[in-house]
Amino acid sequence: MKAKSRWVAGVVGMAMALSWAAGVFAPARAQAGTEPYKVGAVFAITGTASFLGEPEKKTAEMIAEEINAQGGINGHPLQLIIYDDESDATKSTLAVKKLIKTDQVPVIIGPTQSDASLAVAPIAEEAQVPLISCAASYKIVEPVSERRWVFKVAGSDKHVVGKMYDYMKAKGITKIGIMTASTGFGASGREELLRLAPEYGITVLADERYGPKDTDLTAQLTKMREAKVEAIVNWSVGPTQVLAVKAWRDLKMDNIPLYQSHGFGSRKNIELAGGAAEGVLLPLARVNVGPLLPDTQPQKKVIMAYTQAYEKKYNEPVSSFGGHAWDSLHLAVAALKAVGPDPAKIRDFLENTKGFVGQHGIFNFSPQDHNGLSKDDLEMVVVKNGDWALAPW
Amino acid sequence: MADIFHGAAWLQYALGGLTIGAIYALVALGYNIIYNVTEIINFAQGEFVMLGGLFGVFYYQTCGLPLGPALLAAVATVALVGLLLERYVIRRARHATVLSMIIVTIAFSILLKGGAMLAWGKDPYRLPPFSRSGAFLWHGVAVQPQALWVLGIGAVVVGALTVFFRTSFYGKAMLACADNADAARLTGIPVRTMVLLSFGLSAAVGAVAGVSICPITLMEYDRGALLGLKGFGAAVLGGLGQFYGALVAGIVLGLAESFCAGYVSSGYKDAVALVLLMLALFFKPEGLFGSKEAAGLKRF
Amino acid sequence: MSSREKTAFVGLTVFLAVFPWVSALSRSFSHYVDVMIFAGIFSLVTIGLSLLMGFAGQISLAQAAFFGIGAYGSGILTGHFHWNPWAAMLAGVCVAAAVAWVVGVPALRLKGHYLAMATLGFGVIVHIVMNEEVDWTGGPSGLGGIPGIRLAGRKISGDAAWFYLVWAFVLAAFLFSRHVLHSRVGRALRAIHDDEKAAEAMGVPVSSLKVQVFVYSAVLAAVAGSLYAHYVSFLSPGSFDLMWSIRFVLMVVFGGMQSLWGALVGTVLLTFVGNEWLQVFADFEILVYGGILLVMALFVPQGLVVWMDAFFRRRSRLQPTPSDGGS
Repeated sequence: MKAKSRWVAGVVGMAMALSWAAGVFAPARAQAGTEPYKVGAVFAITGTASFLGEPEKKTAEMIAEEINAQGGINGHPLQLIIYDDESDATKSTLAVKKLIKTDQVPVIIGPTQSDASLAVAPIAEEAQVPLISCAASYKIVEPVSERRWVFKVAGSDKHVVGKMYDYMKAKGITKIGIMTASTGFGASGREELLRLAPEYGITVLADERYGPKDTDLTAQLTKMREAKVEAIVNWSVGPTQVLAVKAWRDLKMDNIPLYQSHGFGSRKNIELAGGAAEGVLLPLARVNVGPLLPDTQPQKKVIMAYTQAYEKKYNEPVSSFGGHAWDSLHLAVAALKAVGPDPAKIRDFLENTKGFVGQHGIFNFSPQDHNGLSKDDLEMVVVKNGDWALAPW
Repeated sequence: MADIFHGAAWLQYALGGLTIGAIYALVALGYNIIYNVTEIINFAQGEFVMLGGLFGVFYYQTCGLPLGPALLAAVATVALVGLLLERYVIRRARHATVLSMIIVTIAFSILLKGGAMLAWGKDPYRLPPFSRSGAFLWHGVAVQPQALWVLGIGAVVVGALTVFFRTSFYGKAMLACADNADAARLTGIPVRTMVLLSFGLSAAVGAVAGVSICPITLMEYDRGALLGLKGFGAAVLGGLGQFYGALVAGIVLGLAESFCAGYVSSGYKDAVALVLLMLALFFKPEGLFGSKEAAGLKRF
Repeated sequence: MSSREKTAFVGLTVFLAVFPWVSALSRSFSHYVDVMIFAGIFSLVTIGLSLLMGFAGQISLAQAAFFGIGAYGSGILTGHFHWNPWAAMLAGVCVAAAVAWVVGVPALRLKGHYLAMATLGFGVIVHIVMNEEVDWTGGPSGLGGIPGIRLAGRKISGDAAWFYLVWAFVLAAFLFSRHVLHSRVGRALRAIHDDEKAAEAMGVPVSSLKVQVFVYSAVLAAVAGSLYAHYVSFLSPGSFDLMWSIRFVLMVVFGGMQSLWGALVGTVLLTFVGNEWLQVFADFEILVYGGILLVMALFVPQGLVVWMDAFFRRRSRLQPTPSDGGS
């Protein structure tokens, strides 16, 4: 016979066998006891955004363990199926399709990143499976008419910018310069900074963008100084936000207050800046500053419980990102508890959820608002003595 | 006060451009050393820079060595990686086509990047500046002492390499290998050893670049590719194999980038160096300082 | 076609025809059809690249850029300007071809390393433009709301329909490329690959042929990009970066550069490996890819398909078929 076609057949056969084996083993786990309730999750556990996805995965796994240790949801064990999209929107779409078709989950949490969430939103719509994204872009849930099945638990950039502008207004600042990274995160921040400025009586005198791998930001900061701004806003994640702080300090520009986005909200950044970060201001979700909150704050209890459990289990500080996973998974669990594993009922339940106390705020969903947060769910924070402190108003 | 600042903007851009340009020049030197001996372009050159920075962090922070010895140890370790690359990878592919050789060095660069990601994670790391003093103002320009270090180191390395290749026995022997490996072998030059040395030396120069910018720019696992690409731009622009050419071209690229960021658009500044690279490739592939005849003789 | 290749091709067609049905039979691999759609889209890119690498002996690290030009061409023209998707695809392809020609003419005068670096630089520039031209491309936040494709008055919807559409393109590209390889052009390309100077001396128009193959590879990549845009309906620059260019090269090298079958098999296998079978590798994936690339280039330079072909031939002691040039 023809050798080539024979081995083509061989490869095909091998592929089929492998996939069959994979298929046989997957559902085998789910047999024991009461029918488990499934929740699908897609996080960027590896790849460029792993610093977001990793704590999300850890948090979700921790919560699943806790819930199952307490007897599950109405007696049904919680089966959490997590896929890694490797920070790649293409892989995210494949993972969500797999969750819907093969695993047949009634609700999905994630993806981690905005672009991946925007890519999978139409899939969730078409399959009519509720999806609770952990990413920030407001486009994920708007327009609501096209996003009936999509929710998100990360605050929108408009809230962060709103909080920041509120604070500037209180300090009498009207002329600012903004510098943003050319990533999805930076671009979305820039859009909101420019859009909301007039509403708060703020003029943007300098608007600079730079690459996420840039090694030198003195040029951008020099331009800020040239433009005689009263405050600088930097909006990026990763090393560039530390470079911005260092350059700001080295250029002796510390008489002009530097605001960072909530992306700066990790103590590692303060350490990396090596003392240069003193006085940097940023709006942060309360999950980052649990111990600083007054006991009367309604979120204090859930935040401290999560913070202590997470830090004990993984021996690393909590992050906003893990908080997103907490919020999305607990919302999914609350829905499963109330209405069972029926996608349509879960959707309706989520849309009508009010006063849900989470890590990132108190969620009040409605048919017009699939995010449920506001700028009041943020705190203005300042770097003081190498740590966070609530900023004085 | 405002007047001084106004006059200082372009100076500030120039200083930033000089600093980053010196780094590109060091990366370009790495390409040139290997190219001079073997006529191979090593796509893993940028990864040597990344590794230099991260090993510096490893010896200084993790092992607790004093800064000086830690930096030397980092350079030595990366040089060793370069030697291993030649001995166990390049030598095996010696008779392969140019295409295979390119794929081999790309594969090696992916391995280095992946290895660094597993070893150090994805976070950036920083080293302390080589001298303790902080930034100072000079004519309204903020000067980081580390930038002066980078410039000085760049100049010293270029000078040393030129002297090495022009006057020392080993240097001349290495150049002979590139001109005609068979003839070199006949005159008793151990060609294999020379090729091995060139990879070690090139990796070491890359590592020097890595440790010297780490205090300014921080370093993380995926920095290598872009640094490597821009360094290659400097190497081509200066004429492959030309050390002074690399220095001048590196600084030209750095200045072009910095002024583009300052006066045109920050977002497109990476494109500036690349567009210059493409223009050089298309219109003057022998570079600004290379001779056309010499370029015609080369294998690639 | 030799008779054995014909058998293989018929086998492939039958396999593709039944694939959506078979995979739908079991819930466990009902999503394999989605993976295969992506594998098909990537195959279009790698078929072109394999022609360039295996037959013209040139490497391009810019295929992801051409893929992106096709994708954004379609996305922008249908999204912003409400063009017909097919017209948009054609326009994207023309742009990619023109760009490839402009880049290719000077770059292909250069050899080996220079071309690799020139395409690498070009790819990075295109990626920067996608990130920066926010008004057109949506920048890093991505470009959404791209409409689907209609064919013969019907909207292509559902995974099976997309599967057949994409793989019809792949088979067409495969057959056409095969035809090219067996024509005079193909013989000239092989002459270039073996010895460029000798080919030139024999009157083969070396540079112009290389440019033509480069443009052809860009055209296939742009078609793939356009299909990707309409299928996913959302684009972001991350899907068209340098890592993807390297992945395409890897797919070709893995399957075998000197065989169109190699490109196909390499692409399908690696797409499944990356998305399905090696999820356990997670962060190690990059090491696995680097390792595969290194091992293949050093020890199995002819690639999986040719290697296995030779292996099976030795086993079955078959006489080599004389007219097997294209595989």
